[in-house]
Amino acid sequence: MFNDLGKLGKYLGQAARLMVGMPDYDNYVEHMRNTHPEQPVMSYEAFFRERQEARYGGGKGSPRCC
Amino acid sequence: MNNTTSPARHLPWLALAAIGACALGVVALRRGETVNALWIVVASVALYLVAYRYYSLFIANKVMQLDPHRATPAVINNDGLDYVPTNKHILFGHHFAAIAGAGPLVGPVLAAQMGYLPGTLWLIAGVVFAGAVQDFVVLFLSTRRNGRSLGDMVREEMGQVAGTIALFGCFLIMIIILAVLALIVVKALAESPWGVFTVMATIPIAMLMGVYMRYIRPGRIGEISLVGVVLLLASIYLGGQVAADPVWAKAFTFTGVQITWMLIGYGFVAAVLPVWLVLAPRDYLSTFLKIGTIIALAIGILVTMPELKMPALTQFADGTGPVWKGTLFPFLFITIACGAVSGFHALIASGTTPKLLDNEVNARYIGYGGMLVESFVAVMAMVAASVIEPGVYFAMNSPAAVVGSDINAVAAAVSSWGFMITPDALQAVANDIGEHTILARAGGAPTLAVGIAQILHHVLPGKNTMAFWYHFAILFEALFILTAVDAGTRAGRFMLQDLLGAFVPALRSTESWGANLLGTAGCVALWGYLLYQGVVDPLGGINTLWPLFGISNQMLAGIALMLGTVVLIKMKRERYLWVTLLPALWLLVCTTAAGLIKLLDPSPAVGFLALAKKYNEALAAGQLLAPAKSVEQMQQVVFNAYTNATLTVLFLLVVFSVLYFAIRTGIAALGRKERTDKETPFQALGGQQ
Repeated sequence: MFNDLGKLGKYLGQAARLMVGMPDYDNYVEHMRNTHPEQPVMSYEAFFRERQEARYGGGKGSPRCC
Repeated sequence: MNNTTSPARHLPWLALAAIGACALGVVALRRGETVNALWIVVASVALYLVAYRYYSLFIANKVMQLDPHRATPAVINNDGLDYVPTNKHILFGHHFAAIAGAGPLVGPVLAAQMGYLPGTLWLIAGVVFAGAVQDFVVLFLSTRRNGRSLGDMVREEMGQVAGTIALFGCFLIMIIILAVLALIVVKALAESPWGVFTVMATIPIAMLMGVYMRYIRPGRIGEISLVGVVLLLASIYLGGQVAADPVWAKAFTFTGVQITWMLIGYGFVAAVLPVWLVLAPRDYLSTFLKIGTIIALAIGILVTMPELKMPALTQFADGTGPVWKGTLFPFLFITIACGAVSGFHALIASGTTPKLLDNEVNARYIGYGGMLVESFVAVMAMVAASVIEPGVYFAMNSPAAVVGSDINAVAAAVSSWGFMITPDALQAVANDIGEHTILARAGGAPTLAVGIAQILHHVLPGKNTMAFWYHFAILFEALFILTAVDAGTRAGRFMLQDLLGAFVPALRSTESWGANLLGTAGCVALWGYLLYQGVVDPLGGINTLWPLFGISNQMLAGIALMLGTVVLIKMKRERYLWVTLLPALWLLVCTTAAGLIKLLDPSPAVGFLALAKKYNEALAAGQLLAPAKSVEQMQQVVFNAYTNATLTVLFLLVVFSVLYFAIRTGIAALGRKERTDKETPFQALGGQQ
């Protein structure tokens, strides 16, 4: 399934980050570049803060299980 | 896997089913000799795999008719942030980390008082036919509705009133969950300087991580989480030194009531702090620790292959058990909620997960498969509770009102039930785990910690590591419980502000400090009160709060499955109605029966109203009833019994109003020839901009 260990490591890192609600930054940058080239792209730091606030700060944050 | 259509492809699955059935037979039928834990593991895993291969495929293809060519919300709304088409294995991890918590670990431990067999059977049957179906169905429904939440979907499909009632039910459940989780922490930390020290140490550790990720090296989760875990392990070691030192040990020894007030204060302060300082970093720690511990426990069970010392079935299946009162039906099905079927998952399956699903056919793997793994975690908890001596199990979990508080009395009482144990043996366990007592530590977490410590200290290197792993397990549970208390108080605050905002619009403003403080205080007061009464009421605690939690959680699952049933009718798929209808009915029967018994049972040990009556009569006659020691305590018991009765009535009202709306909507939809569900229109994959 995985061609090499490096790819596996990348997947595990992405999985671990998404477990705590942090989506893939590279994917975000690529998405912005492809679909909204006219809009500014957040830096990783800004992206990180925005996602943290979205996960925990807002009223609609996802509840965790018991 | 080959895709041939020859019937021979079913042969391996048939063999697997046979293996599962045989293993289950061994677990169920072997009496008088101990059974190896591996039999339970093999039975459950084999049956999960077969159920996944056939039943979930049937649901995917026939009932829901998942369409690989349909664009999901993640694809349509892709923004790289909330909506991101995600690799299914990565999403599986996200979903599993969100649904796995204290619930699947605690419920089975409490249910073990009836023996390991009833709980294990319910875990396997419940997840296959109810729990995994619920998660899968809700994920599917939400994915087809642009990732809408459960409350929104109920409102859209069954009407405004039903939606509001469901939301109110969610708020009640949140409060009960926070109270019961906090109670577990209190039970684990009372009179335990080691535990208190390590749990307190998590706050500065989290703050350090928070500041690092915010200002020093922003957003570097991996490296600082690693540092955090190392610091946590160091704090466990240091906690041992603290507990061994007479002066420091005294400074960190607190009673249950003191810890209750500390938790209430903590809940209030933590909920108004910025999220990056404590909440987020501790959530990272608890998530990684949780996944790590679950994997370590699975490996530990496979390597040590422990014998189950708990009998398959104890005499307490008749409802007279010391840990909680109530007969097998309906209370076993209430006690084990998460792991078999958990309504809370409906909130997650309609939360972030549907917004990340890259293709709706993967809903099967993530929804159904994720819940199977959660059930397996619950099976491991059952194993951990059953590998310790039954005498130790009952000494830890029986309230002082039943067995007394002196170690000799407890040993004698537990031995008289047929679980032979000596006071010396109980003391030896306490010494092993570095505590001065193990008595009256109900709540599941300490028992589970002893079980985990017993399994892990065989596998991992080091001498006399029982105490270390015990406190590791306590810390690991306390970590995610505190995170839940923190996050839950925030979410509850917003719900409360929204509710109150209907009357005083100014309260809705989440920017206003006054409104925020009021909302937070209100939310903390609600769960704090339930927690406080559970700690000070001599008859309260886990034995009253856990059934309330179970009833509310199963009730929510009932609501989710009723929604699924209504939508299936509206989609004109009536012939598959039984897939959601049968588990919904089963949950309704269980919660209603349990609710009515808790309300009306004539035995004061079970019925809230009977308990209130008994103590009221005694008060009127000027008597004191044990274990209450004063008139105030007597009044406390009466008041709490009425509070719990009121909550039970509220739950029953919520579930029956949703049932009423479900039946009304369902009958109306039956009479229509065309589909009336509110799915978002079909958009082909690749067809979006």
